[in-house]
Amino acid sequence: MDILANLALGFGVALSPFTLFLAICGCFLGTIIGALPGLGPSNGVAILIPITFTLGLDATSALVLMTSVYYGAMYGGRISSILLNIPGDEPALMTTLDGYPMAKQGRAGDALVLSGVASFVGALLATIGLMLLAPTLARVAFLFGPAEYFALYLLAFCTLGGMASNNQAKSALAACIGLGIAMIGVDSSSGLPRLTGGNLHLYDGVDFLVAIVGLFAIAEVFFFIESHGKGSSIGVKLEKVTIPWKDIMATKWTMLRSSAVGFVAGILPGAGASLGSFLAYMTEKSLAGEKGGFGTGVPKGIAAPEAGNNAAAGGALVPMLTLGVPGSGTTAVLLALLMTLNITPGPTLFTERPEVVWGLIASLLIANVVLLLMNVPMVKIFVRILSVPAWVLLPGVTMISFVGIFSLSGSYFDLLLMVGFGLMGYFLRKMDVPTVPIILGILLGGNMEDALRRAMVLSDGDVMYLFSTPIATGLWIAAIAGFIAPMFLRNLLRKPQRVTD
Amino acid sequence: MASDRILGLITLITAVAYLAAATQIETNFFSGEFLPKLFPLMIGTVAAICSLILVFKPDPDPEWPARGSWIAMGVAVLVLALYAVLLTPLGFIVPTIFAAGILSYQISPRPGPAVLSGIGLSLGLFVLFKYALGLGNIVAWRTPTAAKLWDAISILIPFVGH
Repeated sequence: MDILANLALGFGVALSPFTLFLAICGCFLGTIIGALPGLGPSNGVAILIPITFTLGLDATSALVLMTSVYYGAMYGGRISSILLNIPGDEPALMTTLDGYPMAKQGRAGDALVLSGVASFVGALLATIGLMLLAPTLARVAFLFGPAEYFALYLLAFCTLGGMASNNQAKSALAACIGLGIAMIGVDSSSGLPRLTGGNLHLYDGVDFLVAIVGLFAIAEVFFFIESHGKGSSIGVKLEKVTIPWKDIMATKWTMLRSSAVGFVAGILPGAGASLGSFLAYMTEKSLAGEKGGFGTGVPKGIAAPEAGNNAAAGGALVPMLTLGVPGSGTTAVLLALLMTLNITPGPTLFTERPEVVWGLIASLLIANVVLLLMNVPMVKIFVRILSVPAWVLLPGVTMISFVGIFSLSGSYFDLLLMVGFGLMGYFLRKMDVPTVPIILGILLGGNMEDALRRAMVLSDGDVMYLFSTPIATGLWIAAIAGFIAPMFLRNLLRKPQRVTD
Repeated sequence: MASDRILGLITLITAVAYLAAATQIETNFFSGEFLPKLFPLMIGTVAAICSLILVFKPDPDPEWPARGSWIAMGVAVLVLALYAVLLTPLGFIVPTIFAAGILSYQISPRPGPAVLSGIGLSLGLFVLFKYALGLGNIVAWRTPTAAKLWDAISILIPFVGH
């Protein structure tokens, strides 16, 4: 009954008119961000963090706002997948496989409503899973010492690296770039600067928000300049929107199975929502077999990836809140938000700041209901917003990024650094070097080094201490397996190509 | 092939420079002799190994854009860099009109809509930031002295600025 009491506390925080208002704003903004091609959950949340910060919201309000944006973006990603055949974010790629064919058959409205319901089911079940699992995991996390934490961070980089790129060396390199950048600045124990090259601006280190906004948002502008914003016009017509009860009932088991698959995928540190939607789609495809008609616009092919994707979004919050290790790019950005707000995620968060955790969980539940209501009857409004042309949208996003970063520090140096990160992001993404490990490296580098240094101090420099407990050894094995396994499973895990007209 | 090899070489040189810098990290009594260097050295080593793998086992080249797009992107970088340094001495509105307008023109090369989106975004975002969100450190416009302008622009010139 602990959970109910905690949940009551959470709703007590989340149901005030102001937080409710923030949740609705966040859901609306998030859906738009998710729907617009070129703006996914990670860069959407990243651009909004500095602005939230300068607005002076308290921790709970800021968290409610940003998690509603996060969930909203997960819902919104499906709109452009179905109507434009462009995934609004990476996890929505799988939705294009059946969503776009269904829309071309003149059932765009049905596809949108069905995917909205599937998103709701996935996100709702994942939030319930989060409620049940997170407190237990938080208790286990008390057993973690520096050796375990070091292994856990390693696991996050390894599993993320295994999934994010087709070339392990490139994802490991990306992680090193991030970790290397995190080392820049004044060392906390000696008080002396490290690796700054004598540049005074670097004594504070590189702010992760600068890197995130640069790598995600500014890099996107270069991609649009390269392509001249082609391919972002709506190709299918949206007629009257009705609720396809028959399809919803026919896919109920698909939704439940996909939610479970997605949630588990989301919990794995570093794996995230892309893996969730991918596994959910593939499971359903193999269950349905040849005559299931996956890829031709069947309802199950839409329900599975959407339920999986949104369940993974909830699952990814579990390691982020209990261990401080994010499960995906967007949760990494949310972790950045928590750190900006001076909240340290980890097992102590559940005992010391229960109002933050349970307020967050309650607001996730509220956001979910708001999103369902918003996304089914009001879907036409979002479709209209999709027709904002790229030549207004991208300059706008750039200017918002500049102002956001400028309002943090007021320094030209951070702005130049952001442009530099944007350029770097363009080249790296062009060459299939994933950028999420860079972000994760910058965010977690300091903690990872602290864990290593504490382990070394405790053991008086004995390297074997890092493998001394069963948990640590298990994490090391999982990390190595997570890094190596994708090399052999490459053919099996190959992502399906997008459908072309 | 060539792209990955070049990337590998660049990261290899960076990694070696990083390792060299890591051995030079200053330490004192509180930090111990070796601990501040340990993790940077580990990162540099892993990065160097990954770079070598890229040099010897490169992936196929990506599709690089045509020459026109390179020029457009170079201009965009220059515009963004100038925007970054001029935001303080010139205030928000004027630099934003130019920066947003030029970016818009580069995504879709039509002058009319580009000018309109520059002006619209500049004024619209200013009202949004200043009055709706209440961000304090944004100033509408400033008239700078020549010396201040030169100060700002010289930041971008290597070895001249500070």
